[in-house]
Amino acid sequence: MQKADNLKEYRKELQESLDNEFLRTTLDNFAVAYKAGRANAFKGMDVRSLIDDIACSKDAAGENFEALYKEFKENAEAAGIHVHFAKTGDEANQIIAQIAKDSDCKKIVKSKSMTAEETLLNHDLEDAGLEVTETDLGEWIIQLRHEGPSHMVMPAIHLSRYQVGDLFTEVTGSKQDAEIEKLVKVARRELRQKYVEADMGITGANFAVAETGGIGLVTNEGNARLVSTLPRVHVALMGIDKLLPNLHDALRILKALPRNATGQQITSYVTWITGANECLSAEDGKKEIHYVILDNGRSELLKDSLFSQVNRCVRCGACANVCPVYRLVGGHKMGHIYIGAIGLILTYFFHGKDKAKNLVQNCINCEACKDVCAGGIDLPRLIKEIHARIQDEDGHPLPSVLLSKVLRNRKLFHTLLRTAKWGQKPVAEKDGFIRHLPMIFSKEHSFRALPTIAEKPFRDWWKDNRPEVKKPKLRVALFSGCVQDFVYPEQMQAAVELFAANNVSMEYPMEQSCCGLPVQMMGEMEASRDVAKQNLRAFEPDAYDYIITLCASCAAHLKHNYPKLVMDRPALKYRADAFADKIIDYSSFVNDVLKVKKVDFNESKEKATYHAPCHLCRGLEVHDAPRQLIEKGGMEYVECAEEEVCCGFGGTFSMKFPELSAELLNKKLTNVEETGATTLLTDCPGCIMQLRGGLKTRGSKIKVRHVSEVLADNSKKK
Amino acid sequence: MSSKDTLYQTFVEKAELVSAFVTNIDSEEAAVDYVINLCDKKEACQLLASGCEADLSEKAETLCDAKQTKVIAAPGLKSDLYETLAAKSKKSGFDCIDSGMRKHLAGIDIGFTIAEYGIADTGTMMVDCPSEELRLATMVSEYHVCVVPKSKIRANTYGVEKMMLTRMKKTPNYLAFITGASRTADIERVLALGVHGPLELHILILEDQ
Repeated sequence: MQKADNLKEYRKELQESLDNEFLRTTLDNFAVAYKAGRANAFKGMDVRSLIDDIACSKDAAGENFEALYKEFKENAEAAGIHVHFAKTGDEANQIIAQIAKDSDCKKIVKSKSMTAEETLLNHDLEDAGLEVTETDLGEWIIQLRHEGPSHMVMPAIHLSRYQVGDLFTEVTGSKQDAEIEKLVKVARRELRQKYVEADMGITGANFAVAETGGIGLVTNEGNARLVSTLPRVHVALMGIDKLLPNLHDALRILKALPRNATGQQITSYVTWITGANECLSAEDGKKEIHYVILDNGRSELLKDSLFSQVNRCVRCGACANVCPVYRLVGGHKMGHIYIGAIGLILTYFFHGKDKAKNLVQNCINCEACKDVCAGGIDLPRLIKEIHARIQDEDGHPLPSVLLSKVLRNRKLFHTLLRTAKWGQKPVAEKDGFIRHLPMIFSKEHSFRALPTIAEKPFRDWWKDNRPEVKKPKLRVALFSGCVQDFVYPEQMQAAVELFAANNVSMEYPMEQSCCGLPVQMMGEMEASRDVAKQNLRAFEPDAYDYIITLCASCAAHLKHNYPKLVMDRPALKYRADAFADKIIDYSSFVNDVLKVKKVDFNESKEKATYHAPCHLCRGLEVHDAPRQLIEKGGMEYVECAEEEVCCGFGGTFSMKFPELSAELLNKKLTNVEETGATTLLTDCPGCIMQLRGGLKTRGSKIKVRHVSEVLADNSKKK
Repeated sequence: MSSKDTLYQTFVEKAELVSAFVTNIDSEEAAVDYVINLCDKKEACQLLASGCEADLSEKAETLCDAKQTKVIAAPGLKSDLYETLAAKSKKSGFDCIDSGMRKHLAGIDIGFTIAEYGIADTGTMMVDCPSEELRLATMVSEYHVCVVPKSKIRANTYGVEKMMLTRMKKTPNYLAFITGASRTADIERVLALGVHGPLELHILILEDQ
């Protein structure tokens, strides 16, 4: 559970996780195994269209939830089930405690329910004098340890077999080995006794099917079947987000849920309960069944045009499985009760601003969660939006106010950058790095060297060197982004050289400025919007065949976020759509549009590996183009492990969480070094800054370059 | 290859992937023989994979002590088949029951049931068990032996959707998809079978008559 009051305390908590060797190894192994398992489970299936279908059906269910609830309740009641509606978590807990009292229940067995975690049900039931036992192995373990889950599907993933062995020794009163197979059997026997004694069983529900008034439960251990069979009373607690119109919708989600959660084609048990079932221990032979349907902020969420998509979540936990930050710090630090990307969002809505304010800043915006989400939820966007909302309510921190002010004024911004060039003189080395970190950085930032501002920005170079292309086959505009304009202009120059040699005529609109992503990352939505408008006015999209940018982050932001940012201004939205349509990244343009060939380049035979920028591979779904270019450009491409995992830069993220950034970079560079390549190529100046700075600090000889640079070097057409 | 054979092959392949034991049989009597044979070979109490000697809390020990002989539970069978099974069980020295499952919550050796359908793309058995006895037999048994006629194998869950709905609308209903043995990976993500439900699932595919 999240307890930190401020970012400083939160960072301290994060450091504890970073120091936990066991946790780090477990989560590392899991992250790698999960990806392979998931890919295998979905093999041969059209995952994209399955996710789209789920998103559509869940959206429709959300819009219709009142009617669905009515239908569900009518059908359930007709089949002999009592249906209750709870507005808040406390209300749900009271209803359940009352049911226990009315039916004279003392002992309760529970199967896993995230909704019950959300309402902290066990505490209230225990306060009411009831004995509650979790029967899911992982849940039982954390219950005995008085902890919350650290993963939605594997709640005890943070614990070792030795910790569990010690715990079971305590529970049984006799010494237990740390052998997993045996520990599982100990739990089996201890818990079997609990089922026998219990008079009430509590479950969650994965599906509430309106057309039948029944529920569906997805489990592997089979405990939900025992919990819903043996005790004479059964209570199922579920959010209104579980309502679906029909069985077909549930079966469709079932195709994705286990595959996305654990890489299983299906779980061992899927249980469908409809109506008051036979119960041989009840007086009338029928089980007393209650459904408690929880709102707790969900209906408000459904009214919100942006956040209603949260209703699509099927609680598979995949967003944590692929999150590079979760992988470093685990669920107790990457969530409050719900964990991972969806956890950051749900925490805000279910548990309040105070619990969420630090958590939402811990998103590196790599989009891995969005890419894997079974409901196609735009998780990173929602996290940023919450960050912005909290700042709007609580006031904006000084650095983000300053940055917003500066970025809103291009001339001021560029003047500052030009001034910085003079200011850095005393600390600038000839190799392009700053010798000592400036005072504003603390020593946690020393994991990477920082580059100096270039002698001459790209925009000045362009004025003097703009090439004339006589018979152009394509007309394009260049968007440089700040880093390539002021820090790495040579990357742009290399692109210009190759484009000119391939008969591409170019424009460089001088009024362009920063793309605005950094302020958006800091939760400054207004500033982000203003910067977007500025750039939209600077470009005349109809005048070009393409607008090219060599920065993956700029490209993804311009393409996907600009139209959203100006959504409320129809005229500007039209322009933003046209603008977004023309945006293309360097590698796709050179490989897929210009279609350069191997014969156009000299072979250097140098071994090169690749780092896929998050905003290129996931943001723009570009995978093959850069790798093909490396081969075409005369180099030998060697694949790097976890090539599409974030390098830890994340723009302002690396400033805010240097410890996490350093760890992500560390992993990335170790993988890079293991390839034996002498050159590391990528498509994003931000990644280059991070990777080059990290390798410099490590004392490595590996060169980091933009794909554009090696292509220009090896091009035969000059 | 006919589409029926393809379905069958997919079913077997997927079921075996999740550690189910799949066997073809040509008659219901063969299923009875399979159960008797399996029960005979099986250790008396697999629950005690940790060994009977392993220490447990007192209450859990008591529950274990309640079980003395090997038990086969087969509720919901048609009567002639049940009689054949009961007779053969008696001959082999096993108890055979078709009710009173709540007296055997410490565990029975084998639960013997018949599935309504098989689902090929996940190797799943669809078992309709509104009867509590039948439900418990599939859960408290250490081995679950489940028969499905070859002709009842469908491609995917959509292929059984209509049948499910018919049953669900005749409430109350309790229906299960069962795929492989009960499993958990809650400790260090290491797969362990038989955490609450059966340690093994044996699927018998009955050739069409």
